[in-house]
Amino acid sequence: MSTISTRRGNRAEAAAAPSKYQPQDGLLLEVDDLFVEFHTDDGVAKAINGVSFDLRQGETLAILGESGSGKSVTAQAIMGILDMPPAKIPAGQVRYCGHDLLTMPEDERRKTRGPEISMIFQDALSSLNPVFPVGWQIAEMFRKHRGLNKSESLDRAVRLMERVQIPAAKERVKAYPHQFSGGMRQRIMIAMAIALDPAVLIADEPTTALDVTVQAQIMSLLEELQQEREMGLILITHDLGVVADVADKIAVMYAGRIVERADVYDIYARPGHPYTRGLLDSIPRLDQKGQTLSAIGGLPPNLTKIPAGCAFNPRCRMADHVCRTDLPPLREVEPGRESACHFAEEVLRG
Amino acid sequence: MTKYVIRRLLQMIPVLIGATFLIFAMVFALPGDPTANKCGERPCPAEYVKKFEEEHNLNDPLPIQYAKYMGKLAKGDFGTSFREIPVKDELSERYVVTAKLATIAILFETVLGIFAGVLAGIRKGKFIDNLVLLSTLFVISIPIFVIGYVAQFLLGVKWRIFPVTVNANATGLDSWWQLLLPGLVLGSVSVAYVARLTRTNLVENLRADYVRTAKAKGLTTSRTIGLHALRNSLIPVVTFIGADFGALLGGAIVTEQIFNIQGVGGYIFSGIHNRDGVVVVGAVTVLILVYLLVNLLVDILYGVLDPRISHD
Repeated sequence: MSTISTRRGNRAEAAAAPSKYQPQDGLLLEVDDLFVEFHTDDGVAKAINGVSFDLRQGETLAILGESGSGKSVTAQAIMGILDMPPAKIPAGQVRYCGHDLLTMPEDERRKTRGPEISMIFQDALSSLNPVFPVGWQIAEMFRKHRGLNKSESLDRAVRLMERVQIPAAKERVKAYPHQFSGGMRQRIMIAMAIALDPAVLIADEPTTALDVTVQAQIMSLLEELQQEREMGLILITHDLGVVADVADKIAVMYAGRIVERADVYDIYARPGHPYTRGLLDSIPRLDQKGQTLSAIGGLPPNLTKIPAGCAFNPRCRMADHVCRTDLPPLREVEPGRESACHFAEEVLRG
Repeated sequence: MTKYVIRRLLQMIPVLIGATFLIFAMVFALPGDPTANKCGERPCPAEYVKKFEEEHNLNDPLPIQYAKYMGKLAKGDFGTSFREIPVKDELSERYVVTAKLATIAILFETVLGIFAGVLAGIRKGKFIDNLVLLSTLFVISIPIFVIGYVAQFLLGVKWRIFPVTVNANATGLDSWWQLLLPGLVLGSVSVAYVARLTRTNLVENLRADYVRTAKAKGLTTSRTIGLHALRNSLIPVVTFIGADFGALLGGAIVTEQIFNIQGVGGYIFSGIHNRDGVVVVGAVTVLILVYLLVNLLVDILYGVLDPRISHD
């Protein structure tokens, strides 16, 4: 990978003028103490409670968590596609190349979606518009953001479909989403998301709806594209196994907070938070055949009534009275490792 | 597609035969003397009755009568009404009026209905949404003859904006202008249905995943709603409007009566009233045919609008 002074130097596909967004020292995205809440009839659901992380060029960050942990909401808040109301962002910043997206005028921010930051979703069938041909949907990016005409943009769409390895792309450019298999549909979503060569790609459970062999293909395609384009990639998942080979860093979320952050292999080898350890123990392993699969007892907290202290304490075997009163901050427990547990050192010792 | 159309056209034959036979059997098998009242206060002379029966094959068994009648119909001979006016002439004249009326009503319900539905849908829960919901409920709840008479009285008689009744001899633009108010009355209930259908579908589609994708693609709000969400929301709406058009082409008895319109509805109504079997069967046969054809068009259109529906 070449060093990066201007993004998009070496790519033939990019016909655009250099972006006005240029990363400083490779730093693309800074999420800073972000809060998101949902105002519903049942009260205020605190979906995200002070999340901070950075994303650099060429880096892959996996955000791991159960449903309701706030991982998808984080992604949608970065994209700016939350429905507000009911969602509200009471505090925090999302800076892209130094520009705060949250305070940016909506029209300016809209223009970052696609060319700068883009996103793919879990269920490609429902995420693609059923009544438009797939090529048209990909080409729409070039027509609306780049002002290309119909045939030029369709040519680009075909090339992108070829790039994401859709067989017979030229013939299938006019086909509709329902005429493709699940894996092919997700490839089309990916083609659409990378069309304008974004600096950041957010993949929200990109393989959850797919079967295992297709999962691996999609993950390796994402990895390939990310390396080819020096993208910053955020992979949102509940499945550690899927991201292990691809991610550089992992942030584990629980009840709207990051509870542990470390390099992939460190987390695998030695989790630093009881929740992470619980997640790892609940993955079926061949060498434990015949034994009862361990699971984390209890349920994730109701986001309208997050427990005082550490949100994980009702489900934690190590919980002490301090866990019920004091919220553990995310702190560096070893070089390059952060955990939000009062007993992180003990957990790390195993 | 061609195969589908041919198959559907072939399917129409048994439907058409079955439906017309039922109508024919019901009208002609009813007890009663078809020559009654034809000669004023007195009963008709025996020769006339005999001639009438021969002309209409009334002495044949019913299926033979039916076959002979359909044979004539297929040649374009619709027979004459008891008033000695060829059914074909009167029907084609009245069909022009009914088609104009139906067109006005359909345009009205399409334009206003979709417009109101979209406004309500994108402002769900807000004032304009409640206004649309309440006013459409109001329109749906009122019988059409009340709407018709009130509109005729206020807009025609009192404020003199529209002609009060329709003059059968008007031509050109005039013939359209005088049908405008009746058309609006006729379309009023459907406007309400179209508005509600559009609103419900739009609200549902605005929550769809592909609308979220459209936002994530950096499209403008107007494109996200106006193209991506609306295109999907209109599929059931267009189907409804198509079916409604088919129904409206069958004439509108109440509206025609109120505004003195010489349409198909009144023609059939008076045919039934006068026991004029030739008129009833002839007109209804045409109605069935038109309805079947409009429905075929709607089904084809449906496949065009929604690529997931295959006609192969």
